[in-house]
Amino acid sequence: MSAVADKYPVFQELGVDVYSVSVDSQFVHKVWNDNELSKMVEGGVPFPMISDAGGNLGKIYGVYDDQAGVDVRGRFIIDPDGVIQGMEVLTPPVGRNVEETIRQIKAFQLVRATKGKEVTPSGWQPGKTTLKPGPDLVANVWKFWKPRDNK
Amino acid sequence: MEEKEIGCARPTGALVGEPEPALEEKAEPVKKEVPGMTIMVGRKAPDFEAPVYHKGKFGSVKLSDSLGKWVVLCFYPGDFTFV
Repeated sequence: MSAVADKYPVFQELGVDVYSVSVDSQFVHKVWNDNELSKMVEGGVPFPMISDAGGNLGKIYGVYDDQAGVDVRGRFIIDPDGVIQGMEVLTPPVGRNVEETIRQIKAFQLVRATKGKEVTPSGWQPGKTTLKPGPDLVANVWKFWKPRDNK
Repeated sequence: MEEKEIGCARPTGALVGEPEPALEEKAEPVKKEVPGMTIMVGRKAPDFEAPVYHKGKFGSVKLSDSLGKWVVLCFYPGDFTFV
């Protein structure tokens, strides 16, 4: 969670509200933040840490492991209309790549800003080529974009 | 963020931006399947209200309060886990 906290200024610039969720109580969140995370990230965790005792939220989001009794690593990107645009679920031993989350948000924001007139090819980064879907693009993607263009 | 008494997280029983069920229905934990309450990209997220720790205070957040903004919701297995 410290990795997300560390990138919080970037999320703020992008106009993103961040929430972390685990089954731990608010008290445990406080102790973890005050005694460990605040030593890893200056000022501690800047976003609300949700307590999901019993996994009620994890269950409705499909990320509660009832055998382990915990919420697994599920990450959801939700747009300003409340629509889920992206989700990624990992088992506990492997951490997320926050940079990838930020890349996806930038891509979704571009698509939204262009009302879908521009879409982002695989591995797109800001400033790189986007594609404009339409009859003329059919069988012609190769003229505009190749996988190596991202390199 | 609204400061609040200690409570527990609960789904509101509605999708983000949609009307919530009446209070008497909400008193029961949401068990029944709400139509359209499927987690799927391109569909609305289930709304919830949940207790939080935030910058030294205990409070409460509601997902639908973030309507109009982008949201990243990050579940993780537990505080003090190593990854």
